[in-house]
Amino acid sequence: MSVDVDKPAQPPADAPPPAPEPIKAIPVRHYGRWVAALVVLVLLALLVRAFAAGKVNWGAIPEYMFNADILRGLRNTLIITVLSMVIGIVLGVVLAVMRQSKNPVTSTVAWFYVWFFRGTPVYVQLFLWFNLGLVFQYIDIMPIYKDEWSDFMTPFLCALLGLGLNEAAYMAEICRGGLLAVDEGQTEAAHALGMSHGRTLRRIIVPQAMRVIVPPTGNEVINMLKTSSLVIAVQYYDLLQSAQNVGRDAGPVVEMLVLAAVWYLIATSVLSVGQYYLERYYARGASRQLPPTPVQRLRARLSGGANRSSAGGAA
Amino acid sequence: MTSKSTPMVKAEGVHKSFGTAHILKGIDLEVAPREVFCLIGPSGSGKSTFLRCINHLEKINAGRLSVDGELVGYREANGKLYELRDREVAARRRDIGMVFQRFNLFPHMTALENIMEAPVQVKGESKATARERAGKLLDRVGLADKAGNYPSQLSGGQQQRVAIARALAMEPKLMLFDEPTSALDPELVGDVLDVMKDLASDGMTMIVVTHEMGFAREVGDSLVFMDDGVVVESGHPRDVLGKPQHERTKSFLSKVL
Repeated sequence: MSVDVDKPAQPPADAPPPAPEPIKAIPVRHYGRWVAALVVLVLLALLVRAFAAGKVNWGAIPEYMFNADILRGLRNTLIITVLSMVIGIVLGVVLAVMRQSKNPVTSTVAWFYVWFFRGTPVYVQLFLWFNLGLVFQYIDIMPIYKDEWSDFMTPFLCALLGLGLNEAAYMAEICRGGLLAVDEGQTEAAHALGMSHGRTLRRIIVPQAMRVIVPPTGNEVINMLKTSSLVIAVQYYDLLQSAQNVGRDAGPVVEMLVLAAVWYLIATSVLSVGQYYLERYYARGASRQLPPTPVQRLRARLSGGANRSSAGGAA
Repeated sequence: MTSKSTPMVKAEGVHKSFGTAHILKGIDLEVAPREVFCLIGPSGSGKSTFLRCINHLEKINAGRLSVDGELVGYREANGKLYELRDREVAARRRDIGMVFQRFNLFPHMTALENIMEAPVQVKGESKATARERAGKLLDRVGLADKAGNYPSQLSGGQQQRVAIARALAMEPKLMLFDEPTSALDPELVGDVLDVMKDLASDGMTMIVVTHEMGFAREVGDSLVFMDDGVVVESGHPRDVLGKPQHERTKSFLSKVL
C-alpha cells in the first residue's frame, strides 16, 4: 500500500528517515468523571444498605430459578412472543404492501386496520378477545369448523390474537417506512429492465428496505417479550403468572418478581445480541467495510497488540 | 413493415405535463435504427422527461409515441386506444435499455449479480448462462476484475459502466442514456464515453441526453436542441453545433462550449 509520494531529495531509501519525536504534553484532567463516579458509588451504597435492611430472602431466587413452574411460564412467554411476532411481521408486511397498492380498496382497508389496532390499548384488546365469549356462544365457520366458543377461544388463542394482531399494525408502519426509504431510482431501474411490480418489490425493494426495517423490528421483538406479560389479562400462564403463582404459594412474593425480572433481562439480552448480527447481515453493500464484531475485536486484541495496526483491516 | 422503413422511435406532437407544469409542448422527431441521436438543451428543457416517456416511465398526455412501430403504453384496435396492463408495459421495456444519471445500481448485489438479475428474473435464463454473459459484458466495459464488488466499492465511472453492462444484458434494440456522465468526476467521464463509442460503432441505436458536446460531435449522427419543451433546432451535430441557426441555440452553445 506504499505509494511514492514525491520523494524528498534525501539519503537513499535503505536509510529510513528518523522517527519524529512524539509530543509530550500534560493531558487534560477530567475531574467531572471522578465526581460522577463518586456520586454513583454513594447512591449505590445507599441502595444496597436499604435492601440489606429489608427482609429479602435472596436465596429464594437461585432456588426457584429453574423451578418447573417458572420454566413452564418462561417457555410459554417465549412461545407467545415468537408466534405473535410471526403473525405481526407476516401480516404487517401484507398490510404495508396493501397500503402502498394503487388499488383504493386494499389501501383503505389497510389504513383502517392500522387506525383501529394502533388507536386502542393492547390491554383493552386482550380483554376484548377474552370476553368475546359473552356475546358469542358458538364459533361456526360454516362447512369447516363448529365448536363451543369457550373451547375454541383458549387463553393461548386470546393471547396470540391480541398480541399478534396489535403488533401487525405497528409492523405495517415500520415496513411502510422501510419501503418508502428505498430510492425511487431503484424502482425505475428495475422497471426499465422489464421487471414487473411484484418482482421489483421482491427482488429489489424489500431486500433494501430490510436494512431500515430490521433495527426497529428487533426493538419490537424485545418490546413484545415484555408486553407479553399483559397476557395475565386472559389467564395465559406466562412467566409473570408463574412467578406470581409460585410467590403466592411458597411465600417469597417480591423475590419471585425479581426472579421474573432476571429472566426477562436474560431473554432481552440474548435477543439484543441476535439483533446486532442480523443488522450487520442486512448492512452488506451499504457500507464499504463492515466494522469488526465485538468477538472479532476481542480476538484481534488477544492475538497480540504487536500487530495492532493490522487488526482494524482484518475482516 | 421492414425494419428499414420503420423508425426506431417516432414522436408526433408529444405533450407532457406534471400538474400545471407543461414540460413537453409538442415534440416531433424520428430516430432511425443504428442511429446515435443526441439531445441537448438547458436543464428543465424537457429532454430527460422525453427520454423517460420513451420507455413509459412517464405517461404522455397527448400525441403519439412509438418504438419500433409499436405505440408506447397503448394498443390500438378498431381506431381506439387501449391502455396496456403493467405486465405488457414491462414486456415492451425489455427491449429498451436505460442508463441513468445516478447509475441506480442495485446496492445489495455485486456488479456481476446486478448484470445477471434481469436476464435470470425476466427472461428466465439459467444462472450459468447469465453469469457467463455477465462476465463477458463486464470484460467489454473493462471491469472484469470487479465482478465481486458491491456498487459502493466502485467509483462513479465504474458504477456507470456496470450500469451500461446491466442494460446490455437484456440485449436491447434501443439504448437510452439520461445524462450518463453528469454525475461523474471529470477524469472518469472518458471511460464511460469510450464504452458508449464502442457501442455506437457496433451499430446500437442510442438516444443520448448529454452535455458532452465533444461526444455529440464525434459520435452523434443527429442532434436535437430542445428548449422550453420544444425542439428548437435539429440536424447533423456538425451543423447544429458549428453553424447554429437560432438565437436560443447560439446563446446556449456560447455558454457551454
